[in-house]
Amino acid sequence: MGKNKTMESNHRVASVLATGLFVLLCGFIAFPLLAGLLASFRPGRELVQNGLAINWDFRTMTLDNYKYLFGLGGDNSKVDSAKYFMWYKNSLILTILTVVLTLLVCYFVAYGLTMYKFKLQGFLFFMVIATMCVPFEILMLPLYQEVTTLHIINTRAGVILPGLCAASTIFFFRQYMQSLPHELLDAARIDGCTEYGISVKIMMPITKPAFASMAILCAMGSWNNMLWPMLVFRDTNKFTLQIGLNTLLTPYGNNYDLLIAGSMFGIIPILVIYLIFQRYLIEGMTSGAVKG
Amino acid sequence: MGKFKKIFYSQKVAPYVFVLPFILSLIIFWAYPLISGIVMSFQEINFGNRTFIGLANYAKLAKDKFFAIAVGNSVEYMILTLILMIPIPLLLAVLMESRITKAKGVWKVIMYIPALTSVVISGMLFRMMFSESAGSQMNQLMLFLGKTPIAWLKAKWTAWIALLLLCMWRWTGVNMLYFVSGLKAIDGSIYESADIDGANAWQKFWYLTLPLIKPTTIYVITISVYAGLSMFLESFMLWNGNSSPKNIGLTIVGYLYKRGIEKNDLGYACAVGMVLMVIALAINVIQLIATGTFKKED
Repeated sequence: MGKNKTMESNHRVASVLATGLFVLLCGFIAFPLLAGLLASFRPGRELVQNGLAINWDFRTMTLDNYKYLFGLGGDNSKVDSAKYFMWYKNSLILTILTVVLTLLVCYFVAYGLTMYKFKLQGFLFFMVIATMCVPFEILMLPLYQEVTTLHIINTRAGVILPGLCAASTIFFFRQYMQSLPHELLDAARIDGCTEYGISVKIMMPITKPAFASMAILCAMGSWNNMLWPMLVFRDTNKFTLQIGLNTLLTPYGNNYDLLIAGSMFGIIPILVIYLIFQRYLIEGMTSGAVKG
Repeated sequence: MGKFKKIFYSQKVAPYVFVLPFILSLIIFWAYPLISGIVMSFQEINFGNRTFIGLANYAKLAKDKFFAIAVGNSVEYMILTLILMIPIPLLLAVLMESRITKAKGVWKVIMYIPALTSVVISGMLFRMMFSESAGSQMNQLMLFLGKTPIAWLKAKWTAWIALLLLCMWRWTGVNMLYFVSGLKAIDGSIYESADIDGANAWQKFWYLTLPLIKPTTIYVITISVYAGLSMFLESFMLWNGNSSPKNIGLTIVGYLYKRGIEKNDLGYACAVGMVLMVIALAINVIQLIATGTFKKED
């Protein structure tokens, strides 16, 4: 009885320590975002002069940056606001297109690779892995030239097409489909379903959870993607939000009102999607890590 | 037409139709640029005029002191991130999965949030927190500790604190979640029999958890090696462009970008890319041999 009691109190101390560690850690994680959020309610020039620090002084806070962001702060504000929301719209369209197209293409490729036995199967799956082993940065320059030659530079197609068959997405769909019963296919064939009909009407509904987790990962990647879109898009009016925000980061700091408010506002879409779907996200992200 | 339709719908042809986009993408957007990158690395390219110059680009690279700095920085960054980003997330994952931690769901959700923040936004926030003015967060900390404010991003080791903290801030949660899912896949009854045999927590971790979680560890090491070696945007954002004081933030991809995009010297930049690929593949193979992935397991 006495031993049990000490064990129980040991357990309680360990529990407090471990949980405390995570509280501390999450504090550190929240810190830069909180500092940024608080700073978005102060003039941007303070950021340039003083740098960024947590500042709880509510009396000096204003909504001016956000008014400016929404075009309510004079003529400059109207111009800047229009520019910012054009980037925002570009990012939204690009993200939606990327997610829908990538998922559809990767689903069908994975379906073909998993549900059939055919000659090139082993080789093609090996190539899926091989493409993952070459960092994108190495292909970047030749790809840039190629996209220029194909006349899809400065277009959404130029950004989306090279990444359409994302190896990790194909890999994940394959992992997921392997666990599904293949007998379903034969049953559907007997019922007179065509090969393509089966892939759409029978398998796609069962694969919904995989679609959910890949959609979030893909959306995150696309919304935050920077390097490749930066090379492909040349006109200011085609910029995505990330490229646009980067252009505001000048050493003169004349645009920091817009930059800080725009940055905080730019996190919102992806944060909302994350909070709604985070259950699927963790599942999808970690699928490759367990089986190796 | 009817015959064609029949072939198209046959079970033999269907898989090829399904994988066709991948085959096309493989040829057009992978094999072609890869081969063209290799070819270009043996050429001098001046506004479309290509001259074959053999190994001259590589010979020039061997003597290029900026390239040496870039390789040094990238390798150093990779090693430091491996030291920081494997053991710490692993231990956090073990703690997270143990019975003693309360409210796990909340911590998991919060710890992933930095990964949602783009490198532009997070880089900007860190740049401002490490700014040299006395009011920045890090200099306020220095003042609080009784020290004088410093120009963090101008000297190598203080700047690298910012760089590594940015990396840890963004990816600790992600790596932890990888390990959490690896731990979840371990059969819990193994630990019960270890308990009966009287194993303590440390023994259970060292002799059971660590070997059993190896596939996950290898996966995380592999992606960290690639991410570390090809790091570029973090440095690009922290120094607001591709030039840092005394090149303390210059990386291999940064140099590739500088040569290829900023100076339009594509042949030379492609040679930089090829060196990066060789280093990445070499490290990966060494790592896979060292961890015994190639050995046949029974």
